[in-house]
Amino acid sequence: MKTHVSTAPLPPGLALQLAGIDKSFGAGDSLTKVLKQTHFDARLGELIMLVGPSGCGKTTLLSILAGTLHADAGDVNVLGSPLHALSEAARTRFRAQHLGFIFQQFNLIPTLSVAENVSVPLLIQGVRPAEAERRACEMLARVGLPEKTRERPGKLSGGQQQRVAIARALVHEPSLLVCDEPTSALDSENGQRVMQLLRDVARDPRRTVIVVTHDPRIYHHADRMAEMEDGKIFRVLHTPADIAAAHQLN
Amino acid sequence: MLRLALKMLFGDHAKYLMLISGITFATILMTQGAALFAGLMSWTSSTLRNVRSEIWVADAKVEQIGDTKPLRDVDVNRVRSVDGVAWAAPIFQGNLQARLFDGSSKLVTLIGIDSTTLAGAPVKMVEGALEDLRLPNTVIVDEFGVERLGEALGRPLRLGDVFEMNDREARVVGICEAVRSFTGGPYVYTTYERAVHYAPLQRKTLSFVLAAPREGLTPQEVSARIAAETGLRAFTEDEFMWSTIWWYVVNTGIPINVGVLVALGFIVGIAISGQTFYSFVIENTRNLGALRAMGTSTPRLCAMLVLQSLAVGIIGYGIGLGVVALLGHGALRIGKVPFLLLWQIPAGTLIAVLCISVFSALLGIVHIARLEPAIVFRS
Repeated sequence: MKTHVSTAPLPPGLALQLAGIDKSFGAGDSLTKVLKQTHFDARLGELIMLVGPSGCGKTTLLSILAGTLHADAGDVNVLGSPLHALSEAARTRFRAQHLGFIFQQFNLIPTLSVAENVSVPLLIQGVRPAEAERRACEMLARVGLPEKTRERPGKLSGGQQQRVAIARALVHEPSLLVCDEPTSALDSENGQRVMQLLRDVARDPRRTVIVVTHDPRIYHHADRMAEMEDGKIFRVLHTPADIAAAHQLN
Repeated sequence: MLRLALKMLFGDHAKYLMLISGITFATILMTQGAALFAGLMSWTSSTLRNVRSEIWVADAKVEQIGDTKPLRDVDVNRVRSVDGVAWAAPIFQGNLQARLFDGSSKLVTLIGIDSTTLAGAPVKMVEGALEDLRLPNTVIVDEFGVERLGEALGRPLRLGDVFEMNDREARVVGICEAVRSFTGGPYVYTTYERAVHYAPLQRKTLSFVLAAPREGLTPQEVSARIAAETGLRAFTEDEFMWSTIWWYVVNTGIPINVGVLVALGFIVGIAISGQTFYSFVIENTRNLGALRAMGTSTPRLCAMLVLQSLAVGIIGYGIGLGVVALLGHGALRIGKVPFLLLWQIPAGTLIAVLCISVFSALLGIVHIARLEPAIVFRS
């Protein structure tokens, strides 16, 4: 039985607030509680990282705050919309309008050109193909790939593919950027370049970037860091200095 | 998004070609099988199109045109005496051996028509005059016969050439068009009296009586009167054609064999296309999941799958139909293979292909409906 409490308006400066989130998978003897009364929030204009060991519930929490997974219990208030109370169709529309996604394996469609891949979120919103492609090319220029618009993703390096994915995530100017292990498939140099791009996005006070990672090489890019273990956030590091101290970063 | 759906499909060359091949192959099997069946059935009733008459009168037990149970000669007059009959004429039909110039023989279908009225004469003459049939020992041969009976000469038969039937001379005075017969023998026309002499001796020789209704009456009305008053069986031309076709459907294995071919085509289409399209969807699960996560609605994703499946279906159908048309063109040129592409056949095949496409799309839709967008976050 799914239970939810009522949603209060978001406090000023917050992009999202999750409260009392429960999520289980399976049933009976195989029931696994992944999230246990988890609380989480993210502010506008920040890059917050969600870190923790594998299986601690990071990705499940990310899926719930992105509206791609329904919580068993708790409030999910994202950009003022109570996702837990919305229908599947309404959550789909919400994602199309307000969210940008960056996936671990890029998830670029191999049979489409780079520009076509980037234009997908605009096409989902109903933008005309020619206009969508024009804006996609502009965004590709902003991520440093103006000459790759006609290429197939398979012809690009891993770092370039992730930059295409970032262009796709930003092309419709979403308020919330959700990134799942964005550097895990990249070498150190490309990882830093990708994180710098995300870092720049998060300087916009209307945007929030949430990064799920367990790659310590990129921790220094975070404004804040929420650390998870066993389905709960056990510590939030509120400044880059706290993060550096806690994780012994140079 | 629908444009992108097509690009996703066309971009996966291996799957796309496999899907097109499956539908093309299924289309060929279904259309070719059905056209073969229609061609065979048209051959079974070829005499009805080579000897035109509104009413055919036969023995009461006759069910089809190839089944001749001879009537008495007086039956012509009995038919003539029925109220509503404008005219009636005797006709002979039989399969005979034609002895050729080199001593070899070929099977022919001999048609003997009334010498006075020439009722039942060939519909279209290619060479010679129909009236020359009234000259002694003369015959008219169809175009297939020109080739077939000319094999012994090493050239096509010409006017004035001679062959024998039952040791009697048959001189060619005309060449006509005719539809091929089911037995494979060419049509040879002569007068009724001469046909009786060409045929082996029998007590009764009248195969059918041809008749026409008086003006203002329908063939159905008059044939019913003939049957009632004479006790013979009277068919309209259409009734006799369908009775003949139905007899072959019921009494031969043709429909079963052709039905198996058509069913095989449908099953091959379902199996190859369904399986390939499903694996195409499975392989694209992450991409489809990403599209869903990014805000593509389930109905929109389903529409993309339906479009992809229909595109494959229509393209494969078009190629398949083109191949069948070429095969049919070749078959008709050779003339030895039955082939009749009625409009109902491509229409029926199109419906079958659309069913295959819808089935394939449904397999994908079931998968998509169960797909959680969160799948994209799982490694």
